[in-house]
Amino acid sequence: MPKIRKVLDYYISIFGQLGEIFLEDATIKMRTKNVAILKPDDALKLMVCGPSVRASGIPKDVRQDQPYSAYADLEVKAITPDMLTGEVVGDVYDRIIVRVLEIKQSIEIIEQCIEMMPSGELLAIPKVDELLEALKKAEGEGVARAEAPRGEVIHYVRMIAGQDTLGTWKVRAPTYTNLQCVPVILKGAQIADGPIGYASLDPCLSCTSRAVVVDKETREKTILTNKELHEISVEKTRRLKGS
Amino acid sequence: MFSLTGIHPMGIVGIALAGALILPAIGTTIGLLYRGFDRKLAAQMQGRVGPPIVQPFRDVGKLFLKENIVPSGAVTWLFNAAPVIALLSSATLLLYIPLFGQYPLLGEFGDLILILYLLIVPSLALVLGGFASSSPYATVGAQREMVVMMSYEFPLAVTIIALAWRIGNVTAANPFMLSTIFQNPIWNVVGPVGAVGAGILLLLLMFVTPGEAAKVPFDIAEAETEIAGGILIEYSGRNLALFYLADIIKAFVMSALIVALFIPYNLSPLFGIGQPIIAGLVDALFFLVKIFVVMFFSISLIRVGVARFKISQASAIYFITSTVIGVIGLVLLWIDMTIM
Repeated sequence: MPKIRKVLDYYISIFGQLGEIFLEDATIKMRTKNVAILKPDDALKLMVCGPSVRASGIPKDVRQDQPYSAYADLEVKAITPDMLTGEVVGDVYDRIIVRVLEIKQSIEIIEQCIEMMPSGELLAIPKVDELLEALKKAEGEGVARAEAPRGEVIHYVRMIAGQDTLGTWKVRAPTYTNLQCVPVILKGAQIADGPIGYASLDPCLSCTSRAVVVDKETREKTILTNKELHEISVEKTRRLKGS
Repeated sequence: MFSLTGIHPMGIVGIALAGALILPAIGTTIGLLYRGFDRKLAAQMQGRVGPPIVQPFRDVGKLFLKENIVPSGAVTWLFNAAPVIALLSSATLLLYIPLFGQYPLLGEFGDLILILYLLIVPSLALVLGGFASSSPYATVGAQREMVVMMSYEFPLAVTIIALAWRIGNVTAANPFMLSTIFQNPIWNVVGPVGAVGAGILLLLLMFVTPGEAAKVPFDIAEAETEIAGGILIEYSGRNLALFYLADIIKAFVMSALIVALFIPYNLSPLFGIGQPIIAGLVDALFFLVKIFVVMFFSISLIRVGVARFKISQASAIYFITSTVIGVIGLVLLWIDMTIM
């Protein structure tokens, strides 16, 4: 606990400087204002999530809309840029505002957790063999949504009794949908605005589509190629449409 | 101070050697050393440790050892000639600018107008090299460098002409010769109104220096994060080393120019040192200090403080804003002249 407190104090102390650098610097404003604007209807149509959609003025946050784990006890509100500036433009500057304010929000959440932490046993299973035993007994499927740093992430897991490995695991990462808005926000922009607009979405390129098939017996991994993924998805669409 | 047309201890051969070999070597060494200072200071200002001060020497040495690749679609002769042209023209500038408190080596044969022309050539060589690289990134970078060049020439010219014009009003000698400016520093010539004007012009020239030397916020042509290295993307090995050296010498030359125009004072007459060798050493050291101060304020400090400009913003800032400020300085000098 004291370690957490020390780290928190450090971040609180530099938060003032961070905010000043990112929000007040004249040259940063020159480069980020009115650049790569994402309009609210486009954001909703393209299913953008996370700080990028909040910067367009839409207050979507999984911790607020569908609180999971301890978030139901905490006060988490989606942050939109009009909390600082009073108006929403949806440009790179607004995304900077949302991210800087979320630092402050995270610090506040951690402080609330420290205050409200109930005493008792830890739920996590630290020993690996106990964990594998528990996994072997698990059976069924489940879906969960969480608010990752880049937006809403959805996990689907299917467990088969008797094996400690996963049956199926599908991750819909936020960047997968966030990247769809890049042609829309960069249309007509200068080359110099390209990297700034693209990076302001905070893309995690490894969160785009890939599929790994692990053979149960031999533990051999095969990664499906782009072509195979395309073929599988076309096949599945046909099946869903036909049935 | 020695003069070419007078009696001097070195013969013509000596002058040639000094001009072709010794002066560029000294300019390169000091330039690399000051680049090392710049990187170290910039790092400290950003809260980092920074590379050792001799790092630029190692960088250049390493570049010379690396393979020199010429892309297959490039215009080979131009691709290889551009870095050589850049380095040669930068080194030529060293012959016409007062260094170490001494008279420039070819001082009688070149004045400020020649220096203005010569300052264009390294950037032009960079642009040509970029266009000859057969890479779309290099083409974009070369176009940007052309626009930046055209934009900063205007305030640069306004500054130099304003200064020369004001000094030309008090002396019969050619005001564009740097020797004239050395004998009549602007601060001795003007009254308080003109001092404000000259101060504005000094700040303007220091503002143009990052553009000339292609440093943030005006390193648009070599924007690493945007166009993957821009002009220099296809350059490697010896060619890149030559461009690097040309860039180093150009930064040194720009600082020396600012010192020659605005702070040409020497220490040795102040202390009354008669002995020529000791006086020369003192003046040389003072010159190095002056260069360091100018480089620090016009390159290092600005480099860590701001983000890079877009090409549209940079050319607007140079072409419109800086020129207007330069004209204000010129007007102040004119008012000063009519008062005095």
